[in-house]
Amino acid sequence: MNEARQADESARTTGLLAAARLDGVSKLYGGFAALRKVTVEFAAGSSTVVLGENGAGKSTLLRMIAGLIAPTRGAVHVFGDEPRWQRRRMAYMSHEAMLYDELTAMENLRYFARLHGGCVCGAPEQALRAVGLDPALTRPVGQYSQGMRQRAALARALQTDPELLLLDEPFSNLDVDSAKHMVELLMEFRTRPVSTAAAEQGARGRTIILTTHQAHLAEPLAETTLTMRAGTILSVSDAAREGER
Amino acid sequence: MSYFGHVFTHLRKDLQLEWRSRDSVVGMLFFALLVVIIFSLAFDPTAAVSRQIAGGILWVALLFASFTALNQSWTREQRNRVLDAQRMSPSPASALFLGKALANLIFVSFVELVLAPFFLIFYNLHALGQGWMLAVVMPLGTWALVCNGTFFAAMSLRTRYREVLLPLIMVPISLPALLGMMQATTAILTGESDPGIWIRLLVAYNIAFTTVCLLLFETVLSAE
Repeated sequence: MNEARQADESARTTGLLAAARLDGVSKLYGGFAALRKVTVEFAAGSSTVVLGENGAGKSTLLRMIAGLIAPTRGAVHVFGDEPRWQRRRMAYMSHEAMLYDELTAMENLRYFARLHGGCVCGAPEQALRAVGLDPALTRPVGQYSQGMRQRAALARALQTDPELLLLDEPFSNLDVDSAKHMVELLMEFRTRPVSTAAAEQGARGRTIILTTHQAHLAEPLAETTLTMRAGTILSVSDAAREGER
Repeated sequence: MSYFGHVFTHLRKDLQLEWRSRDSVVGMLFFALLVVIIFSLAFDPTAAVSRQIAGGILWVALLFASFTALNQSWTREQRNRVLDAQRMSPSPASALFLGKALANLIFVSFVELVLAPFFLIFYNLHALGQGWMLAVVMPLGTWALVCNGTFFAAMSLRTRYREVLLPLIMVPISLPALLGMMQATTAILTGESDPGIWIRLLVAYNIAFTTVCLLLFETVLSAE
Protein backbone atom coordinates (compact mmCIF):
# COMPACT_ATOMS: atom_id res chain seq x y z
CA MET A 1 0.00 0.00 0.00
CA ASN A 2 2.80 2.39 0.99
CA GLU A 3 4.82 1.37 -2.06
CA ALA A 4 1.81 2.13 -4.24
CA ARG A 5 1.43 5.58 -2.67
CA GLN A 6 5.14 6.28 -3.08
CA ALA A 7 4.94 5.21 -6.71
CA ASP A 8 1.98 7.53 -7.22
CA GLU A 9 3.83 10.40 -5.61
CA SER A 10 6.87 9.89 -7.81
CA ALA A 11 4.68 9.49 -10.88
CA ARG A 12 2.82 12.68 -9.99
CA THR A 13 6.05 14.63 -9.78
CA THR A 14 7.31 13.30 -13.10
CA GLY A 15 3.97 13.97 -14.80
CA LEU A 16 3.38 10.33 -15.69
CA LEU A 17 0.51 9.67 -13.33
CA ALA A 18 -1.57 6.63 -14.27
CA ALA A 19 -5.26 7.22 -14.84
CA ALA A 20 -5.97 3.97 -13.01
CA ARG A 21 -3.86 1.34 -11.35
CA LEU A 22 -4.61 -1.97 -9.68
CA ASP A 23 -2.02 -3.50 -7.38
CA GLY A 24 -2.42 -7.20 -6.60
CA VAL A 25 -6.20 -6.90 -6.65
CA SER A 26 -8.41 -9.89 -5.92
CA LYS A 27 -12.17 -9.97 -5.66
CA LEU A 28 -13.88 -12.92 -4.04
CA TYR A 29 -17.60 -13.64 -4.01
CA GLY A 30 -17.84 -16.40 -1.44
CA GLY A 31 -15.65 -19.14 -2.89
CA PHE A 32 -15.63 -17.67 -6.40
CA ALA A 33 -12.70 -15.46 -7.42
CA ALA A 34 -13.86 -12.86 -9.96
CA LEU A 35 -10.36 -11.32 -10.01
CA ARG A 36 -7.11 -12.99 -8.93
CA LYS A 37 -4.10 -10.88 -7.95
CA VAL A 38 -4.46 -8.49 -10.87
CA THR A 39 -1.77 -5.85 -11.28
CA VAL A 40 -2.25 -3.47 -14.16
CA GLU A 41 -1.79 0.19 -14.99
CA PHE A 42 -3.79 2.32 -17.43
CA ALA A 43 -1.70 5.28 -18.56
CA ALA A 44 -3.33 8.70 -18.57
CA GLY A 45 -4.37 9.66 -22.09
CA SER A 46 -4.42 6.07 -23.33
CA SER A 47 -7.19 3.98 -24.80
CA THR A 48 -7.46 0.37 -23.68
CA VAL A 49 -9.76 -2.39 -24.82
CA VAL A 50 -10.28 -5.21 -22.36
CA LEU A 51 -11.22 -8.48 -24.04
CA GLY A 52 -12.37 -11.74 -22.59
CA GLU A 53 -15.18 -14.27 -22.49
CA ASN A 54 -18.20 -13.92 -20.24
CA GLY A 55 -17.10 -14.34 -16.63
CA ALA A 56 -13.48 -13.40 -17.35
CA GLY A 57 -13.65 -10.55 -14.82
CA LYS A 58 -13.85 -7.59 -17.24
CA SER A 59 -16.89 -5.97 -15.63
CA THR A 60 -15.55 -6.56 -12.14
CA LEU A 61 -12.30 -4.84 -13.15
CA LEU A 62 -14.18 -1.85 -14.53
CA ARG A 63 -16.62 -1.57 -11.62
CA MET A 64 -13.68 -1.65 -9.25
CA ILE A 65 -11.96 1.22 -11.05
CA ALA A 66 -15.29 3.09 -10.93
CA GLY A 67 -15.38 2.56 -7.16
CA LEU A 68 -18.65 0.65 -7.34
CA ILE A 69 -17.15 -2.43 -5.70
CA ALA A 70 -14.27 -2.73 -3.28
CA PRO A 71 -11.39 -5.19 -3.71
CA THR A 72 -11.16 -8.10 -1.30
CA ARG A 73 -7.37 -7.77 -1.43
CA GLY A 74 -5.02 -5.25 -3.03
CA ALA A 75 -5.47 -1.58 -3.85
CA VAL A 76 -7.12 0.43 -6.63
CA HIS A 77 -6.00 3.94 -7.45
CA VAL A 78 -7.57 6.41 -9.84
CA PHE A 79 -5.40 9.44 -10.58
CA GLY A 80 -3.33 8.39 -7.58
CA ASP A 81 -6.26 8.44 -5.18
CA GLU A 82 -9.12 6.27 -3.98
CA PRO A 83 -11.75 6.00 -6.75
CA ARG A 84 -14.50 7.57 -4.62
CA TRP A 85 -12.55 10.84 -4.34
CA GLN A 86 -12.16 11.09 -8.11
CA ARG A 87 -15.80 10.74 -9.15
CA ARG A 88 -15.85 14.19 -10.72
CA ARG A 89 -13.09 13.17 -13.13
CA MET A 90 -14.55 9.90 -14.39
CA ALA A 91 -17.73 8.54 -15.93
CA TYR A 92 -19.02 5.01 -16.21
CA MET A 93 -21.34 3.55 -18.79
CA SER A 94 -22.68 0.03 -18.56
CA HIS A 95 -24.53 -2.06 -21.15
CA GLU A 96 -27.68 -1.02 -19.29
CA ALA A 97 -28.87 2.53 -19.85
CA MET A 98 -28.49 3.77 -16.24
CA LEU A 99 -31.36 6.16 -16.99
CA TYR A 100 -34.92 6.43 -15.67
CA ASP A 101 -37.42 4.90 -18.09
CA GLU A 102 -40.15 7.39 -17.12
CA LEU A 103 -38.10 10.51 -17.94
CA THR A 104 -37.01 11.87 -21.29
CA ALA A 105 -33.31 11.76 -22.21
CA MET A 106 -33.08 15.50 -21.60
CA GLU A 107 -34.68 15.25 -18.15
CA ASN A 108 -32.36 12.38 -17.26
CA LEU A 109 -29.27 14.25 -18.38
CA ARG A 110 -30.27 17.46 -16.61
CA TYR A 111 -30.84 15.52 -13.39
CA PHE A 112 -27.41 13.88 -13.49
CA ALA A 113 -25.74 17.13 -14.56
CA ARG A 114 -27.18 18.83 -11.47
CA LEU A 115 -25.94 16.01 -9.23
CA HIS A 116 -22.52 16.42 -10.76
CA GLY A 117 -22.62 20.01 -9.59
CA GLY A 118 -21.65 21.33 -12.99
CA CYS A 119 -23.36 23.93 -15.11
CA VAL A 120 -26.61 22.47 -16.44
CA CYS A 121 -26.87 25.21 -19.04
CA GLY A 122 -26.05 23.73 -22.42
CA ALA A 123 -24.11 20.58 -21.48
CA PRO A 124 -27.01 18.08 -21.71
CA GLU A 125 -28.21 19.57 -25.03
CA GLN A 126 -24.69 19.45 -26.48
CA ALA A 127 -24.13 15.88 -25.30
CA LEU A 128 -27.41 14.70 -26.80
CA ARG A 129 -26.75 16.42 -30.12
CA ALA A 130 -23.24 14.92 -30.17
CA VAL A 131 -24.67 11.40 -30.00
CA GLY A 132 -27.31 12.20 -32.62
CA LEU A 133 -30.35 12.52 -30.37
CA ASP A 134 -32.79 15.40 -30.48
CA PRO A 135 -32.84 17.20 -27.09
CA ALA A 136 -36.47 18.19 -27.72
CA LEU A 137 -37.62 14.56 -27.93
CA THR A 138 -40.63 14.20 -25.61
CA ARG A 139 -40.73 10.39 -25.53
CA PRO A 140 -39.56 8.85 -22.27
CA VAL A 141 -36.39 6.72 -22.39
CA GLY A 142 -38.50 3.60 -21.74
CA GLN A 143 -39.92 3.95 -25.25
CA TYR A 144 -36.52 4.28 -26.97
CA SER A 145 -35.01 1.61 -29.17
CA GLN A 146 -31.94 -0.17 -27.78
CA GLY A 147 -29.64 1.91 -29.99
CA MET A 148 -31.19 5.17 -28.80
CA ARG A 149 -30.92 4.07 -25.18
CA GLN A 150 -27.22 3.33 -25.61
CA ARG A 151 -26.65 6.70 -27.25
CA ALA A 152 -28.53 8.47 -24.44
CA ALA A 153 -26.43 6.52 -21.94
CA LEU A 154 -23.26 7.63 -23.71
CA ALA A 155 -24.49 11.23 -23.66
CA ARG A 156 -25.00 10.95 -19.89
CA ALA A 157 -21.45 9.76 -19.47
CA LEU A 158 -19.93 12.36 -21.79
CA GLN A 159 -21.83 15.42 -20.56
CA THR A 160 -19.66 15.75 -17.45
CA ASP A 161 -16.54 16.04 -19.61
CA PRO A 162 -14.73 13.13 -17.91
CA GLU A 163 -10.97 12.57 -18.07
CA LEU A 164 -11.45 8.85 -17.52
CA LEU A 165 -14.27 7.11 -19.38
CA LEU A 166 -15.17 3.55 -18.36
CA LEU A 167 -17.34 1.63 -20.81
CA ASP A 168 -18.67 -1.79 -19.93
CA GLU A 169 -19.85 -3.68 -23.02
CA PRO A 170 -21.13 -0.52 -24.75
CA PHE A 171 -21.84 -2.36 -28.02
CA SER A 172 -24.04 -5.09 -26.60
CA ASN A 173 -27.50 -5.10 -28.22
CA LEU A 174 -26.32 -2.69 -30.90
CA ASP A 175 -26.31 -3.41 -34.62
CA VAL A 176 -23.00 -3.04 -36.47
CA ASP A 177 -23.76 0.43 -37.85
CA SER A 178 -24.80 1.80 -34.45
CA ALA A 179 -21.69 0.29 -32.89
CA LYS A 180 -19.47 1.88 -35.55
CA HIS A 181 -21.15 5.22 -34.94
CA MET A 182 -20.45 4.87 -31.23
CA VAL A 183 -16.78 4.11 -31.93
CA GLU A 184 -16.58 7.26 -34.07
CA LEU A 185 -18.05 9.28 -31.21
CA LEU A 186 -15.51 7.83 -28.80
CA MET A 187 -12.65 8.54 -31.22
CA GLU A 188 -13.84 12.15 -31.43
CA PHE A 189 -14.14 12.31 -27.64
CA ARG A 190 -10.49 11.22 -27.28
CA THR A 191 -9.30 14.13 -29.38
CA ARG A 192 -11.15 16.73 -27.31
CA PRO A 193 -8.81 18.81 -25.20
CA VAL A 194 -9.26 18.47 -21.43
CA SER A 195 -10.64 21.45 -19.52
CA THR A 196 -8.25 24.11 -18.26
CA ALA A 197 -8.85 23.06 -14.66
CA ALA A 198 -8.04 19.43 -15.51
CA ALA A 199 -4.92 20.46 -17.41
CA GLU A 200 -3.77 22.45 -14.40
CA GLN A 201 -4.18 19.29 -12.31
CA GLY A 202 -1.78 17.51 -14.67
CA ALA A 203 -4.32 15.75 -16.92
CA ARG A 204 -2.65 14.29 -19.99
CA GLY A 205 -5.65 13.83 -22.26
CA ARG A 206 -8.64 11.57 -22.08
CA THR A 207 -8.40 7.97 -21.01
CA ILE A 208 -10.79 5.30 -22.21
CA ILE A 209 -11.08 1.80 -20.78
CA LEU A 210 -13.58 -0.31 -22.67
CA THR A 211 -14.60 -3.91 -22.09
CA THR A 212 -16.11 -5.99 -24.86
CA HIS A 213 -16.17 -9.46 -26.30
CA GLN A 214 -16.63 -8.00 -29.80
CA ALA A 215 -12.97 -7.22 -30.49
CA HIS A 216 -13.50 -6.32 -34.15
CA LEU A 217 -15.86 -3.45 -33.26
CA ALA A 218 -13.50 -1.87 -30.75
CA GLU A 219 -10.37 -2.19 -32.91
CA PRO A 220 -10.01 1.56 -33.69
CA LEU A 221 -9.89 2.25 -29.94
CA ALA A 222 -7.47 -0.56 -29.11
CA GLU A 223 -4.28 1.40 -28.47
CA THR A 224 -3.63 -1.23 -25.83
CA THR A 225 -5.43 -4.55 -25.70
CA LEU A 226 -5.73 -6.45 -22.49
CA THR A 227 -7.01 -10.02 -22.57
CA MET A 228 -8.53 -11.58 -19.48
CA ARG A 229 -9.47 -15.13 -18.58
CA ALA A 230 -10.82 -16.55 -15.32
CA GLY A 231 -10.07 -13.39 -13.33
CA THR A 232 -6.49 -13.00 -14.49
CA ILE A 233 -4.77 -10.96 -17.18
CA LEU A 234 -3.66 -13.28 -19.91
CA SER A 235 -1.85 -10.78 -22.13
CA VAL A 236 -1.28 -7.08 -22.74
CA SER A 237 -0.48 -5.94 -26.24
CA ASP A 238 0.40 -2.48 -27.46
CA ALA A 239 -0.84 -1.55 -30.95
CA ALA A 240 2.12 0.81 -31.63
CA ARG A 241 4.69 -1.88 -30.76
CA GLU A 242 2.81 -4.48 -32.78
CA GLY A 243 2.93 -2.06 -35.73
CA GLU A 244 6.70 -1.58 -35.41
CA ARG A 245 7.22 -5.32 -35.62
CA MET B 1 -24.56 23.16 -5.56
CA SER B 2 -25.47 23.22 -1.87
CA TYR B 3 -26.44 20.10 0.10
CA PHE B 4 -30.10 21.12 0.09
CA GLY B 5 -29.85 21.82 -3.63
CA HIS B 6 -28.95 18.13 -4.06
CA VAL B 7 -31.83 17.09 -1.78
CA PHE B 8 -34.23 19.21 -3.82
CA THR B 9 -32.91 17.72 -7.09
CA HIS B 10 -33.59 14.17 -5.83
CA LEU B 11 -37.00 15.17 -4.44
CA ARG B 12 -38.07 16.80 -7.69
CA LYS B 13 -36.97 13.75 -9.69
CA ASP B 14 -38.94 11.37 -7.42
CA LEU B 15 -42.05 13.54 -7.68
CA GLN B 16 -41.62 13.65 -11.45
CA LEU B 17 -41.26 9.84 -11.64
CA GLU B 18 -44.36 9.31 -9.51
CA TRP B 19 -46.34 11.84 -11.50
CA ARG B 20 -45.54 9.91 -14.69
CA SER B 21 -46.20 6.40 -13.32
CA ARG B 22 -48.51 6.95 -10.30
CA ASP B 23 -47.90 3.35 -9.23
CA SER B 24 -46.82 4.03 -5.63
CA VAL B 25 -49.62 6.38 -4.62
CA VAL B 26 -52.40 4.45 -6.36
CA GLY B 27 -51.26 1.14 -4.83
CA MET B 28 -51.01 2.67 -1.36
CA LEU B 29 -54.35 4.42 -1.60
CA PHE B 30 -56.32 1.35 -2.60
CA PHE B 31 -54.65 -0.81 0.04
CA ALA B 32 -55.29 1.71 2.84
CA LEU B 33 -58.90 2.25 1.73
CA LEU B 34 -59.55 -1.48 1.68
CA VAL B 35 -58.17 -1.95 5.19
CA VAL B 36 -60.23 0.94 6.56
CA ILE B 37 -63.45 -0.27 4.89
CA ILE B 38 -62.96 -3.95 5.78
CA PHE B 39 -62.34 -3.17 9.46
CA SER B 40 -65.39 -0.90 9.53
CA LEU B 41 -67.61 -3.60 8.02
CA ALA B 42 -66.13 -6.36 10.18
CA PHE B 43 -66.60 -4.61 13.55
CA ASP B 44 -69.42 -2.18 12.77
CA PRO B 45 -68.23 -0.05 15.71
CA THR B 46 -70.24 2.50 17.68
CA ALA B 47 -68.90 6.06 17.89
CA ALA B 48 -67.34 5.40 21.33
CA VAL B 49 -65.65 2.18 20.21
CA SER B 50 -64.50 3.87 17.01
CA ARG B 51 -62.60 6.48 18.99
CA GLN B 52 -60.83 3.72 20.90
CA ILE B 53 -59.75 1.68 17.87
CA ALA B 54 -59.47 4.26 15.08
CA GLY B 55 -55.90 5.30 15.94
CA GLY B 56 -54.67 1.72 15.72
CA ILE B 57 -56.55 0.94 12.49
CA LEU B 58 -55.41 4.16 10.81
CA TRP B 59 -51.72 3.67 11.52
CA VAL B 60 -51.70 -0.04 10.77
CA ALA B 61 -53.39 0.68 7.43
CA LEU B 62 -50.83 3.38 6.64
CA LEU B 63 -47.91 1.23 7.78
CA PHE B 64 -48.81 -1.69 5.55
CA ALA B 65 -49.79 0.55 2.66
CA SER B 66 -46.47 2.40 2.86
CA PHE B 67 -44.49 -0.84 2.35
CA THR B 68 -45.56 -0.94 -1.29
CA ALA B 69 -44.41 2.64 -1.92
CA LEU B 70 -41.16 2.20 -0.01
CA ASN B 71 -40.14 -0.89 -1.96
CA GLN B 72 -41.22 0.72 -5.20
CA SER B 73 -39.16 3.86 -4.61
CA TRP B 74 -35.90 1.86 -4.58
CA THR B 75 -36.92 -0.59 -7.30
CA ARG B 76 -36.97 2.39 -9.67
CA GLU B 77 -33.36 3.13 -8.79
CA GLN B 78 -32.34 -0.46 -9.38
CA ARG B 79 -34.01 -0.71 -12.80
CA ASN B 80 -31.48 -0.07 -15.61
CA ARG B 81 -28.79 0.17 -12.90
CA VAL B 82 -29.56 3.85 -12.28
CA LEU B 83 -28.31 3.39 -8.75
CA ASP B 84 -24.78 2.88 -10.12
CA ALA B 85 -25.03 6.26 -11.84
CA GLN B 86 -26.19 7.75 -8.53
CA ARG B 87 -23.23 6.20 -6.72
CA MET B 88 -20.83 7.47 -9.37
CA SER B 89 -22.04 11.05 -8.98
CA PRO B 90 -20.22 13.30 -6.51
CA SER B 91 -23.53 14.10 -4.80
CA PRO B 92 -23.73 13.14 -1.08
CA ALA B 93 -25.47 9.80 -0.51
CA SER B 94 -27.44 11.21 2.43
CA ALA B 95 -28.97 13.81 0.07
CA LEU B 96 -30.37 10.95 -2.02
CA PHE B 97 -31.83 9.40 1.13
CA LEU B 98 -33.33 12.67 2.36
CA GLY B 99 -34.79 13.51 -1.05
CA LYS B 100 -36.40 10.09 -1.31
CA ALA B 101 -37.70 10.14 2.28
CA LEU B 102 -39.27 13.58 1.66
CA ALA B 103 -40.87 12.33 -1.55
CA ASN B 104 -42.29 9.34 0.35
CA LEU B 105 -43.54 11.72 3.05
CA ILE B 106 -45.45 13.66 0.39
CA PHE B 107 -46.90 10.45 -1.12
CA VAL B 108 -48.07 9.04 2.24
CA SER B 109 -49.41 12.45 3.33
CA PHE B 110 -51.41 12.64 0.11
CA VAL B 111 -52.89 9.20 0.86
CA GLU B 112 -53.77 10.38 4.39
CA LEU B 113 -55.58 13.42 3.00
CA VAL B 114 -57.64 11.29 0.63
CA LEU B 115 -58.25 8.70 3.33
CA ALA B 116 -59.39 11.19 6.00
CA PRO B 117 -62.98 11.79 4.77
CA PHE B 118 -63.56 8.05 4.26
CA PHE B 119 -62.24 7.41 7.75
CA LEU B 120 -64.50 10.03 9.31
CA ILE B 121 -67.57 8.67 7.49
CA PHE B 122 -66.97 4.93 8.03
CA TYR B 123 -66.05 5.31 11.71
CA ASN B 124 -68.44 8.17 12.49
CA LEU B 125 -65.60 10.09 14.15
CA HIS B 126 -65.22 13.47 15.74
CA ALA B 127 -62.45 14.25 18.19
CA LEU B 128 -63.38 14.79 21.85
CA GLY B 129 -59.88 16.04 22.65
CA GLN B 130 -57.89 18.79 20.94
CA GLY B 131 -58.48 17.86 17.30
CA TRP B 132 -55.90 20.33 15.98
CA MET B 133 -53.19 18.22 17.57
CA LEU B 134 -53.75 15.63 14.86
CA ALA B 135 -52.03 18.14 12.56
CA VAL B 136 -48.91 17.61 14.70
CA VAL B 137 -49.22 13.86 15.25
CA MET B 138 -49.91 12.94 11.62
CA PRO B 139 -46.73 14.48 10.10
CA LEU B 140 -44.59 13.23 13.00
CA GLY B 141 -45.95 9.69 12.70
CA THR B 142 -45.70 9.71 8.92
CA TRP B 143 -42.09 10.89 9.02
CA ALA B 144 -41.24 8.07 11.47
CA LEU B 145 -42.71 5.57 9.00
CA VAL B 146 -41.10 6.91 5.84
CA CYS B 147 -37.70 7.74 7.33
CA ASN B 148 -37.23 4.24 8.73
CA GLY B 149 -38.94 2.67 5.75
CA THR B 150 -36.79 4.43 3.15
CA PHE B 151 -33.66 3.42 5.04
CA PHE B 152 -34.58 -0.22 5.54
CA ALA B 153 -35.95 -0.55 2.01
CA ALA B 154 -32.52 0.56 0.75
CA MET B 155 -30.90 -1.94 3.10
CA SER B 156 -32.98 -4.83 1.79
CA LEU B 157 -32.60 -3.71 -1.83
CA ARG B 158 -30.02 -6.30 -2.84
CA THR B 159 -31.68 -9.21 -1.05
CA ARG B 160 -33.77 -11.79 -2.83
CA TYR B 161 -36.86 -11.47 -0.61
CA ARG B 162 -36.90 -7.73 -0.10
CA GLU B 163 -40.72 -7.45 -0.05
CA VAL B 164 -40.79 -9.82 2.93
CA LEU B 165 -37.63 -8.52 4.56
CA LEU B 166 -38.73 -4.89 4.77
CA PRO B 167 -41.68 -5.48 7.15
CA LEU B 168 -39.62 -8.00 9.13
CA ILE B 169 -36.93 -5.42 9.86
CA MET B 170 -39.03 -2.31 9.94
CA VAL B 171 -41.95 -3.25 12.19
CA PRO B 172 -39.93 -4.25 15.27
CA ILE B 173 -37.71 -1.16 15.01
CA SER B 174 -40.70 1.11 14.46
CA LEU B 175 -42.59 -0.26 17.49
CA PRO B 176 -41.85 2.71 19.80
CA ALA B 177 -42.95 5.11 17.07
CA LEU B 178 -46.03 3.03 16.24
CA LEU B 179 -46.99 2.99 19.91
CA GLY B 180 -46.47 6.76 20.08
CA MET B 181 -48.58 7.55 17.02
CA MET B 182 -51.41 5.17 17.95
CA GLN B 183 -51.60 6.30 21.56
CA ALA B 184 -51.38 9.98 20.65
CA THR B 185 -54.15 9.62 18.03
CA THR B 186 -56.38 7.67 20.44
CA ALA B 187 -55.76 10.24 23.21
CA ILE B 188 -56.80 13.06 20.87
CA LEU B 189 -59.89 11.24 19.60
CA THR B 190 -61.16 10.13 23.04
CA GLY B 191 -59.99 13.18 25.01
CA GLU B 192 -59.36 10.86 27.96
CA SER B 193 -55.63 11.49 28.34
CA ASP B 194 -52.91 13.93 27.42
CA PRO B 195 -51.19 13.07 24.10
CA GLY B 196 -48.19 15.27 25.05
CA ILE B 197 -45.96 12.45 26.28
CA TRP B 198 -46.56 10.42 23.10
CA ILE B 199 -45.85 13.43 20.90
CA ARG B 200 -42.56 13.99 22.76
CA LEU B 201 -41.72 10.32 22.23
CA LEU B 202 -42.37 10.72 18.49
CA VAL B 203 -40.19 13.84 18.31
CA ALA B 204 -37.31 12.12 20.14
CA TYR B 205 -37.67 8.99 17.99
CA ASN B 206 -37.66 11.02 14.79
CA ILE B 207 -34.59 13.04 15.77
CA ALA B 208 -32.65 9.92 16.77
CA PHE B 209 -33.58 7.81 13.75
CA THR B 210 -33.24 10.59 11.18
CA THR B 211 -29.72 11.29 12.45
CA VAL B 212 -28.75 7.61 12.41
CA CYS B 213 -30.22 7.08 8.92
CA LEU B 214 -28.40 10.12 7.50
CA LEU B 215 -25.09 9.05 9.03
CA LEU B 216 -25.31 5.40 7.95
CA PHE B 217 -26.86 5.76 4.55
CA GLU B 218 -23.60 5.94 2.57
CA THR B 219 -22.52 2.63 4.12
CA VAL B 220 -25.87 1.05 3.22
CA LEU B 221 -25.70 2.37 -0.34
CA SER B 222 -22.21 1.03 -1.00
CA ALA B 223 -22.80 -2.35 0.66
CA GLU B 224 -22.30 -5.27 -1.75
